[in-house]
Order: sequence, then C-alpha cells, then structure tokens
Amino acid sequence: MSLIEIKDLNIHYPIRSGFFNRITDYVYAVDGINFDIEEGETYGLIGESGSGKSTTGKAIVGLEKVTSGQIMYNGEDVTNKHNRKQMKYNKDVQMIFQDSMSSLNPRKRIEDIIAEPIRNFEEMTDNEERTRVKELLDIVGMPSDAMYKYPHEFSGGQRQRIGVARAVATHPKLIIADEPVSALDLSVQAQVLNFMKHIQREYNISYLFISHDLGVVKHMCRNLAIMHRGRLVEVGTRDDIYNHPQHIYTKRLLAAIPKVNPSGREKDKANRRAVEKEYQEHQSKWYDKDGKVFPLQQISATHSVALPPDEVAELKSEVG
Amino acid sequence: MDTSDELLLDIQHLHTAFRVHDEFFDAVDDVSLTLHKNEILALVGESGSGKSTLATSIIGLHNPRNTRVTGDIMYNELNLVGLNEALFNRIRGNDIGMIFQDPLAALNPLMRIGEQIAESLVYHTKLNESERNARVLELLDQVGIPDPALTAHQYPHELSGGMRQRVIIAIAIACKPPIIIADEPTTALDVTIQAQILDLLEDIQKEIGSGILLITHDLGVVAETADTVAVMYSGQIVEQGSVYQVFDNPLHPYTRSLLRSMPQADQDDEELHVIQGTVPSLVDMQRTGDRFAPRIPWMPASSHEENPVLHEVEPGHLVRCTCYKTFYFPDDKQPAAAGAGSSQNASEGE
Repeated sequence: MSLIEIKDLNIHYPIRSGFFNRITDYVYAVDGINFDIEEGETYGLIGESGSGKSTTGKAIVGLEKVTSGQIMYNGEDVTNKHNRKQMKYNKDVQMIFQDSMSSLNPRKRIEDIIAEPIRNFEEMTDNEERTRVKELLDIVGMPSDAMYKYPHEFSGGQRQRIGVARAVATHPKLIIADEPVSALDLSVQAQVLNFMKHIQREYNISYLFISHDLGVVKHMCRNLAIMHRGRLVEVGTRDDIYNHPQHIYTKRLLAAIPKVNPSGREKDKANRRAVEKEYQEHQSKWYDKDGKVFPLQQISATHSVALPPDEVAELKSEVG
Repeated sequence: MDTSDELLLDIQHLHTAFRVHDEFFDAVDDVSLTLHKNEILALVGESGSGKSTLATSIIGLHNPRNTRVTGDIMYNELNLVGLNEALFNRIRGNDIGMIFQDPLAALNPLMRIGEQIAESLVYHTKLNESERNARVLELLDQVGIPDPALTAHQYPHELSGGMRQRVIIAIAIACKPPIIIADEPTTALDVTIQAQILDLLEDIQKEIGSGILLITHDLGVVAETADTVAVMYSGQIVEQGSVYQVFDNPLHPYTRSLLRSMPQADQDDEELHVIQGTVPSLVDMQRTGDRFAPRIPWMPASSHEENPVLHEVEPGHLVRCTCYKTFYFPDDKQPAAAGAGSSQNASEGE
C-alpha cells in the first residue's frame, strides 16, 4: 500500500457568463489523474505553467476543493474535511511554497512562524517548544538566535530554509514542495535541495516535488510524472523519462532545457527545432480531436505513456 | 564572433556607487568590457553581483542624487557617463534597445500593444501614421506573433507571458538599435517558451546585426546562446572569455563552484556542491584582497593576490587573482593541477 494514492482526481472550475451568471462551461484544471507516492520517496510532478501541477498539490493538502476522485492516505479516503481531521492528515501533510517572502508572515518572529504548526497540533510547554524550534533551525543549518528575528532580515535562501523548518515541525509523513527552489540562485538552490534530502533521510519523509525545472527534478526524484493540459502525458522512472521519452511533449520539454555544453549547441538546436516541428505538425497523432491528452497506456512495468491505443501495440513490441 | 567586427560599446573602468547613509558603495567596481557588432555578450552572476546595475548604468537609468557613476562608456565617440537627459532620450530606444525581465511590468496596461510599439517610432523616426502602422505590423510579424493585426489592438493582459515578451522584443527592436540589452529576458518563462524567445533573439540579431548584452543567472542559457561571457561576483568581473574558453576550461573558483552546484547528477543520493557562506551585501562587501576568498576558506591566504587583477591566461581568456592556479575542491581530496580545467565537462547523457 502506498502512502498516498491519487485516484481519478478531477478539479474543474466553472466558467460563469450570461445575464443570469449561469455556469456555461468548465475549466478542466485537473482532469482525471492517478499516481501513488511511496513512503520515503520523492515523486516529481513536472509541467509548464497552466498544466495543473500546483492545483494537484494544493488539492492534496486540502487547499483546493476536489470535484471528483479520491485521495487515499494509508488506505483511507481523506478527500473530505471530516476524514482528514480524524486521520490527523493535516498534521502529517505539510507544504513548502515557492515564494518564501509571501509565505512567511512579515509581522511574526521566526520563533512564532516555526512554532505555529506545533501549537496547532501538539501540546507543548513554552520551554519544550523553544527547544524544538532551536532543534528545527539547527536541522536547516540556521543559528538559534534567528528565532528572534523577522522574515525580512533574511535572504531568500535562508527564508526558504525557514519554510522547510516549519514544514517539518510536526514530523510530517509527506511534504508537498511547490517549486521550492525556482526563485533561488544556483548556489543557494543547491543548499536548500541538500537540506531537503538530508531531512528526508533522517525522518523518512516523502516529497511531492512540483517543478518545471527538469534538471532539479532529475536530481531529486526517482519516479516522476509529466503533466500537460490537466492530464498526465507520461509516467515512469527517471531512466524511462530522461533516456527513453515516448511522448512528443516530453521530448519537447527535454529538448528545450539549455545544456551547459557550448560545443554541442548547434546539434541541440537542430534537434530542438526538429522536435518542435513534429509537435506542431502532428498534433492529431498525440492529442485527441478536442486537443486533450489520451489516457495513459502502460508500455513497461514502470513506464506509461498517453498514446492512442494502436500506437501502443507498436511500442510494446519495440520495447519488448 | 569575428573580432574585426565594429566596436559598439567600450566600457572602461566603470564604477557605479549607491548612496547608503550618506556614504557611497560601489555596486559595480572597475568593470571594463567591450561589445562588438554581431556579438552576444553574456553577463553571468548571482543576485547582488552587480550585473543589472551595470546594464542600467549603460542606459542611464540611475538617479544622479543617489548614484555616482564614474568611468567611461564610449558609444561612437560619445561618452554615456554623465550625458545629459535630452541627449540620452535620443539614444534610448533608438541606439540602445532594452528588454526587461518582467514583461507585464514593462508594458503599460492601459495602452494597446500597437500604440506602445509605435511610441518609440513617433519619438525617433519621421514616419507618418500609416507608415508607422505598417511598421508595427511588420515588427509583430517579425517576432513571431501569429495575428499581428489582432494583437496590435489588444491590451497586455490579453496576451500570455511568452507573447508579452515578444511584444517587449518588438518594442526594443523597433528602431533597429545597434545595441540590445536583455536583462533576464527568459527568467519568468517556461522552458519551451524560453527556447523560442532565445531563438528569436538570435534570428533578430542575424537580421539587424546588433550587439546583444545578455544578462542572466542561467548558465545553460549562456552556454546555448552567448559568444563571449563575463562572470561577475561582488561587482567585479572574475572571469571573462569566449563561451568555449569559460565553459570548457573554467578557471576561477567562482565559475567552477557555480558549474559544480548545478543539479545534473543521475544518482539521487549525491549531494550537490554548496558554496560556503553567502553573497555579501553592498555595505558588508570586503573591498580589499580577493572578494571570493571568504567563500573558499580552505585556500591558504598566500594563494590569493593582495590586489587581485585580471590575468590573461590565453588570448581573450581573463581570470582574476592567482588563486585559480592552486584551487581545488576539498571533497576532491587532492589539489587539481593548475589550469587543468575541472571535472565539469557538463555533458549529460541525454
């Protein structure tokens, strides 16, 4: 049994228009996706802006209303609020946000920011709480006198580490990390990613790592899913996705990553243009007549791709 | 890049200082750079390195009351440092085009796209209205907007991020400026859109032969597009050379550390390289000795120069300070041989 199972998750937003403001259509932000997160693993969810990846993350922590489908936690349904409360789900699932400045209250001291989840879910005396906050700051490599300061006194990387400390305060089982390092410089990004890995090893935490950066995801995640237009286009292990991509959209994303290798750049560019051309010209091959992504088809034990059924038979014989 | 290409911009000993509590602190400290026709010069560095300050100094966007700019920025016999506002207004847009990071903030939300592009044509050219409209449509077409006539009548909020950045580029190239400054032009965009915008910039450059100053923190973008690279740290250039020199044989400890901290490992138990300490703030910046020395404390003081200067290690490849000769990463255990490049060949198996 997986820690988290997402079953046919749908999140649709109504579009209202007309004189009576009636619902005329829906935005299919998340349109029937399935995936599992195992204990202690980092699962990557990749997509461009508007793909629905953040909406999925928010739905898992309970910040977004689910239209239909189920979120199972340790085999129990936690899709509605009541069950979440009973399961102590809100304590076990925490979130790290992209923008560290707007996710920390500027009028609170770091001590109060980090202690907030502890105060919500655990009963501690003031002294115990202070010791715990010091411990948490130590985990993310910050000095203990940081607890008396305010968020604006820290740099972006330090603030993001405070966000990580707050997320691990209640000993969670799963942390949803929504673009945790996108706003950071390269060297600071490395620091935050190392701390996230260190914490994972220490406390056996699972991450749902949401990102548009395929380089970072490759470093962090063993299993990942690529999301496009509210659906998953390709799911597999790191090797499946990076070395044997099947869907044109995955190929297109991979081709677009700038490589730190100036000598091969002409070749990269030619490859990128070829993939882009195929993507533009053969839309009908990869998407159905409404422009939607096909349902996922399994092509190997770990690897699934959204392809029309007749394509899959061909691929299966190739992959063996 | 062909070195015989015409020199466009010659920056010599530029200092840009900001006033903090009645004292001036150099954010750009003695930078000398040249930009030629048909060249893409990338300026790389982390936030706080002074790369954007350098760009805004070139186009004179600093308030003289709080900023002191000294040195020379020569453009066609004209020194842009201390140039009066009236003359500068004729240069901005006409001779130097600027592309900003955040296209939504750079566009006026109350003006139609067409009017915003035409604005610089009104100011800098003698075209009449119908000629201007034709030119606007031509520009929108050139930057790859599918329906120019429709887009010209739309407002910025009606366009996607990638389309807005295309409009910004159209405005920047409206007067075919010989110099284009692009400050993090693709940072706010998705990777696939980023690739399109970078291709577009290169195509446009080929067409009008401008020199582009590309400011970015993304080493991948630099490796894919630039001809020459200057790496900045704490307001100074620490390494400079052709893109091949800098990426195939990075020498300065900062360049090597940056390349090493990029996530590209295939094993997920591998730790990323972290540069110790933090980028110093403008006020706390150490102004003597090697500014990067506090970030590499394992290197003995004797390996640094007292007053580090740029050394030419091969034609066109400049490195600040002598510490690169003995520099090694502590987790490599043994010091690397001098100038032997690094373990970063950065080729990914994709």
